[in-house]
Amino acid sequence: MQERVHEKLSILADAAKYDVSCASSGSDRKNTNKGLGNAHPGMGICHSYTPDGRCVSLLKILLTNHCIYDCAYCVSRKSNDIKRAAFTVQEVVDLTINFYRRNYIEGLFLSSGIFKDPDFTMERMVRIAKDLRTIHRFNGYIHLKAIPGASDELMREAGMYADRLSVNLELPTEEGLKLLAPEKKRADMIQPMNYLKNEIIRLEDERKVLKKVPIFVPAGQSTQVIVGAGRETDKDIVHMASRFYQQFRLKRVYYSGYVPISNDARLPGLGQQVPMMRENRLYQADWLMRFYGFNAQELLDDANPHLDTEIDPKLSWALRNLHFFPIDINTADKMLIARIPGIGMNSVNKIIAARSFSALGWDQLQQMGVQLNRAKYFITCKKGAMVKKDYTSEQIRRQILNQSHSKYLKLHSPQLSLF
Amino acid sequence: MDIYLYDGSFEGYLSAVFEVYKKGGVIRKENTFIPDMFARTFGVQTDLEKADRVWSGLSKKLSADGLHQYFSAFLSELDNIEDQLLNYTRHIFENQASVERDFGNAFVLFVAQTARKVHREKHRMEAFVRFQLTKDDIYFSLVSPDYNVLPLIIRHFKDRYADQRWMIYDRARNYGIYYDLEKVDTVWMEMDKQEGIWDEKELDYQALWQTYYKGANIAGRVNRKLQLQHMPKRYWKYLPELR
Repeated sequence: MQERVHEKLSILADAAKYDVSCASSGSDRKNTNKGLGNAHPGMGICHSYTPDGRCVSLLKILLTNHCIYDCAYCVSRKSNDIKRAAFTVQEVVDLTINFYRRNYIEGLFLSSGIFKDPDFTMERMVRIAKDLRTIHRFNGYIHLKAIPGASDELMREAGMYADRLSVNLELPTEEGLKLLAPEKKRADMIQPMNYLKNEIIRLEDERKVLKKVPIFVPAGQSTQVIVGAGRETDKDIVHMASRFYQQFRLKRVYYSGYVPISNDARLPGLGQQVPMMRENRLYQADWLMRFYGFNAQELLDDANPHLDTEIDPKLSWALRNLHFFPIDINTADKMLIARIPGIGMNSVNKIIAARSFSALGWDQLQQMGVQLNRAKYFITCKKGAMVKKDYTSEQIRRQILNQSHSKYLKLHSPQLSLF
Repeated sequence: MDIYLYDGSFEGYLSAVFEVYKKGGVIRKENTFIPDMFARTFGVQTDLEKADRVWSGLSKKLSADGLHQYFSAFLSELDNIEDQLLNYTRHIFENQASVERDFGNAFVLFVAQTARKVHREKHRMEAFVRFQLTKDDIYFSLVSPDYNVLPLIIRHFKDRYADQRWMIYDRARNYGIYYDLEKVDTVWMEMDKQEGIWDEKELDYQALWQTYYKGANIAGRVNRKLQLQHMPKRYWKYLPELR
């Protein structure tokens, strides 16, 4: 019995690991019933890290890896000759509760291959969430993957028990989807996203006038796209993300660098590098849009369809727009300071608070955590400019790269440290 | 120079502030203090009334967040934390307006940054506590945090595990916190043998967790440096997935 559960867990965790969302925050499910768990708003918690450096916060598994679809990029595709397994509802509930009680996890992230049809699959997933909430009084975090094509009725029920629902767009463009997952349609994915958005807005409006409105996906909806499987540019991806953030009020778009799993001629073959740097740059661009007031057009346009891999997107934008600088730390607007390379949002907030007491100088900026080696080209403070000369974009880029290059060498070349 | 020795408790420290504030002098913990033949030393009695007067004085000047930061910075137990906090305290009382966010001032910034470090350790404990179920139905965890953060994590664990009895024991400081389904108490115990005290299913769940941990890794993306950055080696000894 125990052996079988180990085997299932091994297969179904392995198949679920390509889903990158690990968010466990942003919900509002307080432990008011003296039950188990608390998905109270606040920081998410990463309970462990696997050797790939990714965090483990949720028990992330598939209900089953049996699937009627044959998507080229997916390990669980029908034509792939792999071991198949399926959990029972009780097994998933039992694992979730016992892992949670030992403080291994923040909750459950349940996805599934599609067996029989979307409704049949979705119904079982909803059953698990319902059992956890009602029988076990579980208030931990539950993220359910919504199955495209499932009925609105099931989506509504899922929303009552889950903290977050997500529908994966899989590929950033419709052409990509046609090529790699011809049985799937973008429209089937958009339909549940639309339903969720409208339902969330409707209940929000109700909440303004009624006291008792049931909670419905309190942590909102998110989606995921695979990067580097098709031929799309960074511009395609980032502009798509920006559109979806606005249209569907998504909490997050996740970018998952394609991990080669077959020798299908339509895809990067086995042994090829996972595009991790590209993925990282996309997340940086995503952050700039969500927190730093940048829009997609500023970051990527037809002249610059790809993010620079050598330098981060904020620095890259600044170098293309030197006419914005230098910015005076002691007087500029908050959102202008947020645009300076080397200054993160934490430092921005400190600067805004501190400068109302006294004008700030270089030492204080450094103390607060500003990375002056990058910021110095773009700012002035009470002592004027640190860099007196007017450098060109290319010169600044070289100088900054040289500094980071030496850091890189120190870490990787044992010979150098001898001298 | 006059040196005032206190018992290491927060109330003791506040009592010492009460003594030193007008007279001058420095505050040191009595158990880590190195005698200095050129200084006069005084023992400070922990006096809840005096401590309370200092704390309510601070309460009038600091926001709830600011008070929490002050307490957190104290829990860092850094060698010079008493000096930093005393300087910060003077800066607070010498100014009419709130100086809590005057990050251009070295003491304000130091306390804020230290509180942040302590907060980070608190957050790590919320992540890296691993309970093991005992035969007596208590979920038990050993930790040895960098800073004295148990007082800061009580609420988190009490809210989360409201329906199970649990104990988190700080091995480095030799005390623990225990929740009995009603309230949380401070406890001390002898740490000797641990064999035979676990529930029969405990090892099964640890093994399942190890299986899960292995399955969740993507070999093609190996990045040990990133793993270590988030989860430094010193925390590994209490994590079943890394044993």
